[in-house]
Amino acid sequence: MFRSRNFNIDSIAVGVTQNPSLSRMTITTSGNARQLDQIGKQLDKMIDTVEVRRLDEHKTVYRELAIFKIRISSAKDSMEINKMINAYGAKAHDTRKDSVMAEMTSTPDQIKAFEELASKFGILEVARTGVAALQRSGS
Amino acid sequence: MMTDTIKEINGARALMLALEKEGVREVFGLPGGANLPMYDEFTRCNIRHILVRHEQSAAHMADGYGRVSRKPGVCFATSGPGATNLLTGIATAQADSAPMVAVTGQVPVEFIGKDAFQESDIMGMANPVVKYAFQPRTPEEVPISIQKAFYVAATGRPGPVLVDIPKDVQSAHAQMRMVDGVNIRGYHPWVDPDTQGVERAINTIIRADKPIILAGGGTIISSAFSELQAIAELLCIPVVTTFKGKGAFPENHPLSLGPIGMHGHAEANKIVSEADCVLAIGTRFSDRSVGTFEDFESRRSIIHMDVDPAEIGKNQTTNVAVVGDVKVSLRIMIHLLKDRRISRDEEGAWVRHARELREYWQKNLKIHPGEMGAAKILRKLREVLPSDSVVTTEVGQHQMWASLFFDVITPGTFFSSTGLGTMGWGFPAAIGAKVARPDVPVVDIAGDGSFNMTENSLATSVLEDIPVIVFLVNNYSLGMVAQWQRTFFDRRMVGVDQQACPDYVKLAESYGAQGLRAQSIDELHAALQTALASDVATVIDIPIDPEEDVLPFVQPGTPLSQMVLPS
Repeated sequence: MFRSRNFNIDSIAVGVTQNPSLSRMTITTSGNARQLDQIGKQLDKMIDTVEVRRLDEHKTVYRELAIFKIRISSAKDSMEINKMINAYGAKAHDTRKDSVMAEMTSTPDQIKAFEELASKFGILEVARTGVAALQRSGS
Repeated sequence: MMTDTIKEINGARALMLALEKEGVREVFGLPGGANLPMYDEFTRCNIRHILVRHEQSAAHMADGYGRVSRKPGVCFATSGPGATNLLTGIATAQADSAPMVAVTGQVPVEFIGKDAFQESDIMGMANPVVKYAFQPRTPEEVPISIQKAFYVAATGRPGPVLVDIPKDVQSAHAQMRMVDGVNIRGYHPWVDPDTQGVERAINTIIRADKPIILAGGGTIISSAFSELQAIAELLCIPVVTTFKGKGAFPENHPLSLGPIGMHGHAEANKIVSEADCVLAIGTRFSDRSVGTFEDFESRRSIIHMDVDPAEIGKNQTTNVAVVGDVKVSLRIMIHLLKDRRISRDEEGAWVRHARELREYWQKNLKIHPGEMGAAKILRKLREVLPSDSVVTTEVGQHQMWASLFFDVITPGTFFSSTGLGTMGWGFPAAIGAKVARPDVPVVDIAGDGSFNMTENSLATSVLEDIPVIVFLVNNYSLGMVAQWQRTFFDRRMVGVDQQACPDYVKLAESYGAQGLRAQSIDELHAALQTALASDVATVIDIPIDPEEDVLPFVQPGTPLSQMVLPS
């Protein structure tokens, strides 16, 4: 539907909910007011969608998981990278002589900031999920 | 929900019983390897099979049947190429919101995904052009899939639904259950009537100085003819239609100005350009109807009544929206108007202006000077054809000439492929329409280019005894493409010359149909009378001038007020 109606998907995450007959699909998209209105209505029209909710950034808890494999060129770099990982609350995995993996769960903005810093050392590979989000109670 | 449990039968038998339970009496189709088990069932059920010569025609026949009867038409095809041949017809039905259930055979479940003989991923291919698609994987799922398919196809905004049944599922036996009502989580076609929306609509209209009603195809799907007429007369408001809405309002009514749009009536395009308020009923504001979106909505308020909430605000900014079945919304409007004692019994300046516009353009629009000009031959058709006849069209210049010069008198008798614009739709659709309405004459206004695409349906019409009349407007060219090449490509003509091939009279006769040629208005009159009296399909070949253009013409990207008029 997104492709045929010329809407954009920035990221997408799907998983089961507490009800095994239902999946939750979280899509981040962008557009002008008319497009966003249409995205909601066209999704609602689809028979397989049971409910469509438009989440307000400010009233939602949302996170994305990213794993970066970062190049280590020297002992000095290794120390800098570890400082960076700690500063961002990320977790190091698979520490080797010439690379380390950093696992980060945060908002897309924070992940982007980390990515910019990490790219100075060289990002060998990256894997990202989409955004998982739940609306805050009472909103 | 009550359920009937039937003792052990196979999927194919359950399919036919489920179809019978839905009231299906005819199926249009073509058998193949993967649907043999369901075909065997025709020897022992109450459903008539109507054999086609190409599956595309089966889909178009089911579509024509569905639009006229307002119940889903049913087509059958086998797997692989049989199923893919249906796709054009399914997409056509979706674009025009026509109810249809297409049942395809599929390779056995264990072969799915192995590139088996005549396997195609029809579920994947049909997905963007159906309302929904079912693929029962066990025999018990077959009857409930059919019941759900009919429910989805016929409710809310109608559309095509696919049911793809693997061959082994057709042959396998199980205890079958059929329910008395279906429920689909995620599908809620009915909404509470929006009385407040109707109130706001009334307040907006009565404050307008120059209101018009724009009736679209949804008015016809909803059969809201008497309600529309009552409102127009109560408020004394001029009525225009979209092309798909042609026939929603009798075109000989004093308040009717006919269709707007790219080849709409000059008076209709002019009146809508001058209006300050549009009550739009059952329309989706297609680019072909409104000229440019920005211009259509500027300087006027738009009230949009439609059954599909996703259409509100899609193409036009609306001031007042009323979501729901338009017949229901209009009934509420009549009720409220009478309650508030609002009505106009004499025509004011605006209505007089509309009437004068209509009189002026009906008299002064320049038409082709020849005896067999498009306007003259279509007016002759209207003169001879009984007003309750059902008329379909193909796609092209003849279709737009029908918009301009063929007046629809009995509401809901005119049908065309307007959304997808499928050449070859009109003839099989006319056959489907005749199955739904055997009591009236059915005519396909056709161009030669379009007729070539599905002419093999002549075999079905003759052999299955479903006589229709093909009014063949013949310029031996792809006329509309030729017109665009003349207008936009400096008369560089490519691929539009049909080179006087074939001879349509001989073609008709080779199928056992009647072939007539009309080369004068008198010959046309006689041919029409012969055709109407005939009990076999008739093709009337009417040669016309290949240089005749369809005018007026609102060029793409220009507003309705800037029509190119005949000089």
